[in-house]
Amino acid sequence: MTTITPERTEPATQTDVRRASGHSPMATALLLIGAVYCLLPVAWVLIASSKSGAELFSTFTFSPSTHLFGNIADLTAYRGGLFWRWMANTALYAGIGGLLSTAVSAAAGYGLAKYSFVGKQATFNVLLAGVLVPGVVLAIPQYLLLAKLGLTNTYWAVLLPSIISPYGIYLARIYAAAAVPDDLVEAARTDGAGDFLIFRSIATPLMAPGLVTVFLFQFVAIWNNFLLPYIMLGDDHLFPLTVGLSGLLNQGASQPSLYTSVVTGSLLSIIPLLALFLTLQRYWRVDLAAGAVKS
Amino acid sequence: MSRSHRRSLAPYAFLAPAMVLFVAFLALPIGYAVYLSLRTVKVRGLGLGKGSREQVWAGLSNYSKALSDPDFAGSVLRVAAYGVIVVPIMLGLALLFALLLDSPRARVRRFSRLAIFLPYAVPAVISSLLWGFLYLPSVSPFHHVADRLGWDLPDVLSSGSVIFAVANIAVWGGVGFNMVVIFTALKAIPTEIYEAAELDGCGQFAIAWRIKIPVVMPSLIMTFVFSIIATLQVFAEPVTLRPLTNTISSTWTPLMKVYRDAFTRDDIYSAAATSVILAVATFVLSFGFLRLVQNRAFSQENR
Repeated sequence: MTTITPERTEPATQTDVRRASGHSPMATALLLIGAVYCLLPVAWVLIASSKSGAELFSTFTFSPSTHLFGNIADLTAYRGGLFWRWMANTALYAGIGGLLSTAVSAAAGYGLAKYSFVGKQATFNVLLAGVLVPGVVLAIPQYLLLAKLGLTNTYWAVLLPSIISPYGIYLARIYAAAAVPDDLVEAARTDGAGDFLIFRSIATPLMAPGLVTVFLFQFVAIWNNFLLPYIMLGDDHLFPLTVGLSGLLNQGASQPSLYTSVVTGSLLSIIPLLALFLTLQRYWRVDLAAGAVKS
Repeated sequence: MSRSHRRSLAPYAFLAPAMVLFVAFLALPIGYAVYLSLRTVKVRGLGLGKGSREQVWAGLSNYSKALSDPDFAGSVLRVAAYGVIVVPIMLGLALLFALLLDSPRARVRRFSRLAIFLPYAVPAVISSLLWGFLYLPSVSPFHHVADRLGWDLPDVLSSGSVIFAVANIAVWGGVGFNMVVIFTALKAIPTEIYEAAELDGCGQFAIAWRIKIPVVMPSLIMTFVFSIIATLQVFAEPVTLRPLTNTISSTWTPLMKVYRDAFTRDDIYSAAATSVILAVATFVLSFGFLRLVQNRAFSQENR
């Protein structure tokens, strides 16, 4: 399904060359194929979560059934509503973590963009190198260090490491440089405003659209994170959805009746993020290289 | 006096929270991982009782052990093959879709952009779950249709093709994000350039090839580097698919091996060594690539 590109590119572009203007059915068809490919699993989970356990393996995949609410009730009944606890945990990790991360990134990005100070370039380079550090190297020592502090298997173990985001700082620096005029900062300073007041009441509102993007990035990154909570947490009451559902699938291998719960849980778990995406999609203007060209 | 003094300290105050967290959760763990990779545990006697297990200096023995481990070599080769499949297809599709979205010739652009971007909102674990069910012959719609037609579809979770099954999940999850990155870069090109090019007799293909692709090159390079980093760290997808098939071993990818060594075998020292090797490989690959394209860019400038 994914290997169709090379053959399909040629005819599409030849059509474009032949026709100087107007609509190209090939271009539209290619986009639609891409859309169908991307929507296929989402459509599947929507339909599959309406099936009973027996129907899941016996009826045609894309024929819907009537058991959606029964399945949700079953899932809710599973170990006293553990699933909803995972949902709340995920919202907590991603929501609080994302907010704190945005605040830390905004302050650091603003500091880097609007001040010149000793060690500025070195600080930025070190932070930027952090973008390239693979989670692999961090995972084990983070676990061991937090274990020494007695913080593993607590909310802190997932929340604290999620706050620092070199990429968020990098983005915030770009936004601060572009959105906060130096003259305005100078004028406020002449009027006697302190640095923190200027940051809070002048810079932050100007940076707001960019900060929404930083927040969304961090929110999604934490929501999607698997390795960190998988390593840090042992108590399944602290799990986020990813670790919880993965464990449920694991049990399903010996208890196939759990499969419907896994499927229904998957559907319910993607709904909040899909809703967030649809409402905030205009903030997704990402240009990773924008800052790289400038600096 | 106090004002100017405060102003000189202000940037440090703004950076302090980030730096403290950076040191605590990035720098310190990296240093600790390197330290651990050079240590090992020596067991005295039966290894029972207090003081019988002692951490000692290990030199580079953890590294030589990791590098000579056939499981590690296997996982590295597998991830290399996986990256060769995923990265070009994912970025190729992302570029293609971004160009199509930017072309006035295509319809349903808004809908397609949303639909293709949507998988980014689905965590890797959940997308692996969904695709895993779509792969299972007893659930798969592809198998259902094939059965009706009397065809015999191969099992995608069999040992020969499971790598493609995992790769497909990564492509599915990554195309939309990279597409948006490239599309954003395309939007920065002023439309007058296209009008001028069209007046000069440039077709859409020539415009894409001569103007659009060179302009988005920096974005493509960045997405390429990030894709390499992500590839080396593949973990959630194979771990999630494991219960559905017996073709994914516990050391299927390097990160899975690190996890097994550290938490199943309780051998954090060789796990740390393997992590450090992977980190060095990531740096060498990403910086090496950036260096390479930089040289090429400069040589073009000189011409």
